[in-house]
Amino acid sequence: MDFWIVQTLNGISFGMLLFLLAAGLSLVFGLMRIVNLAHGSFYLLGAYIGFTVIGRTGSFLLAVVVVPLGIAGLGLLMHRFLLRRFQGAELSQVLLTFGALFIFADVSLWYWGGYSQVLPKPAFLAGSLTIGTIVFPAYRIFVIVTGVVVALLSWLVLERTALGSMVRAGVDDEEMVRGLGINTPRLFTAVFALGAFLAALSGVIGGPFVGAYPGADFDVLLLALVVVIIGGLGSIGGAFVGSLLVGLIDTLGRALVPELAMFTIFAPMAIILALRPRGLFGRI
Amino acid sequence: MSGIGLALGLIVLAIIVRLLPTYYIGLLTEALILGIFAMGLDLLLGHTGLPSLGHSAYFGAAGYTMAILSLRLQQSSWVSASAGLVVSLIIAAIYGLLALRTSGVYFMMITLALAQVLWGIAFGWRSMTGGDDGLPGIARPELRALFPWSLQPPANFFTAVLIIFVIVVAALYVLVRSPFGYTLHGIRESEARMACLGYHVWWHKYVAVLIAGGVAGIAGILFVYYHGFVSPAELSLVLSAEGLLMVILGGSGTLFGPALGAIVVVFLRNLISAYTERWLLILGLIYLLVVLCAPNGIVGAIRARLPGWLDREAEA
Repeated sequence: MDFWIVQTLNGISFGMLLFLLAAGLSLVFGLMRIVNLAHGSFYLLGAYIGFTVIGRTGSFLLAVVVVPLGIAGLGLLMHRFLLRRFQGAELSQVLLTFGALFIFADVSLWYWGGYSQVLPKPAFLAGSLTIGTIVFPAYRIFVIVTGVVVALLSWLVLERTALGSMVRAGVDDEEMVRGLGINTPRLFTAVFALGAFLAALSGVIGGPFVGAYPGADFDVLLLALVVVIIGGLGSIGGAFVGSLLVGLIDTLGRALVPELAMFTIFAPMAIILALRPRGLFGRI
Repeated sequence: MSGIGLALGLIVLAIIVRLLPTYYIGLLTEALILGIFAMGLDLLLGHTGLPSLGHSAYFGAAGYTMAILSLRLQQSSWVSASAGLVVSLIIAAIYGLLALRTSGVYFMMITLALAQVLWGIAFGWRSMTGGDDGLPGIARPELRALFPWSLQPPANFFTAVLIIFVIVVAALYVLVRSPFGYTLHGIRESEARMACLGYHVWWHKYVAVLIAGGVAGIAGILFVYYHGFVSPAELSLVLSAEGLLMVILGGSGTLFGPALGAIVVVFLRNLISAYTERWLLILGLIYLLVVLCAPNGIVGAIRARLPGWLDREAEA
């Protein structure tokens, strides 16, 4: 029984990490119809730069704050100078983000080498919690809490602020929003940078248990894509439910049938695609 | 260019290639195989307006089927290669049903996801597919029953690939100039208008997916024979995106453009890899440069400089 509880908690914490990744991907996709294949690169750069920042300064909190802000700046530049002029040209944008994926991957390999790096856990989260007979790492609880807080914050921003209503309206009908006099190109750039921020945050936070290694950008990109397809494009609620589902299925699947590790998450996705092409909560 | 001239040119090419070092024969073979793959993809992308981001599914499915049948079940080349082609068509038939419920950017996302399902199986099912290590040791066919030569030597294999390449080009040439091909172009320009004119739009798109899947299957089988090896890379997003790059680089919606793009990518990769380890970085820059500087591809650029030339392609 304990095994199942621990695995379920592991699945939830992995799901929350996926939520940080997938929320941005889903919004970027829903709002500006960009399949951002470089989204996983923001995770990888976040994890690697976080590794270096923690190594130099010893401060986990500094890395959690500074690194995502830096990557958000990178995302801002990428959208402003590369993607914005191709708005509506979906294929061009896909190829541009794929080129960016290669460039970021190779630069990371160049600078950080081919070794797998695991970020050190901060001292105050190094221990574990014991409830009855169950022992669970404190760090994983921290990841769950962060995921829930980010989910609540993004829900509040989307539902209760002017910016949020612009984004939601943009997902439903971008042309009408533009017609109302809202500067959608600037809105797009802001959302793209926010997505990069969240992905880099997941890189720093996920670094201590998923790690940073060549190819991690690809792995997390695929997981985030599955989440977005299951949850529905452009929906934060869908990304949350999809992340939990994928986190649980992946963790339990790996524990039960390790040989079908990748298949266990792709099969449910294919079934959902067949039944609901727009995903569970897809609005568009 | 007359048909006789073209045929003579091909025969001369097949002979000249025999004088080249093996290394270059290999490069040309790989370029032609990936050219077949890219031309099939262009039938969807350039001619029908369906941006597939998972075309490697058919390529890899055919290659894996062929490899598994010949290695695990000791089937003959004819049986395993035909089975590979049939499986790529079956996968296209299933994936077409799922993916054609959507369009545009969703189509990209869903084709990508569906290709990843197969990648996941190839990666995970170690006992059957060899997992990440792939399946090595696939021998090229001996055609002694029909022809007096084996396909083992690189030059012979090149000739076989060249013949298949020409057949595929001819078939696609006829196809895109047929009423069916013009209907696909109509669908690319305006689906609603074609539906209003009474065309069965979905059915045309579905047949295009099947044909493109089958062409990718042919390329996949040749590719696995060429390398004697199959791995999850043959089902990966990297290959699908590389196919798109070849199509855009050469010129989408043209017949030879994608093959030209394939030749450029294959030669660049080998040339640059010889000088630097940073091939990925340069490939990434090539993606950016092609989109930023040559959105109409090589054929598009030639056409802009030399109006009138290649005009017969322009109808395509």
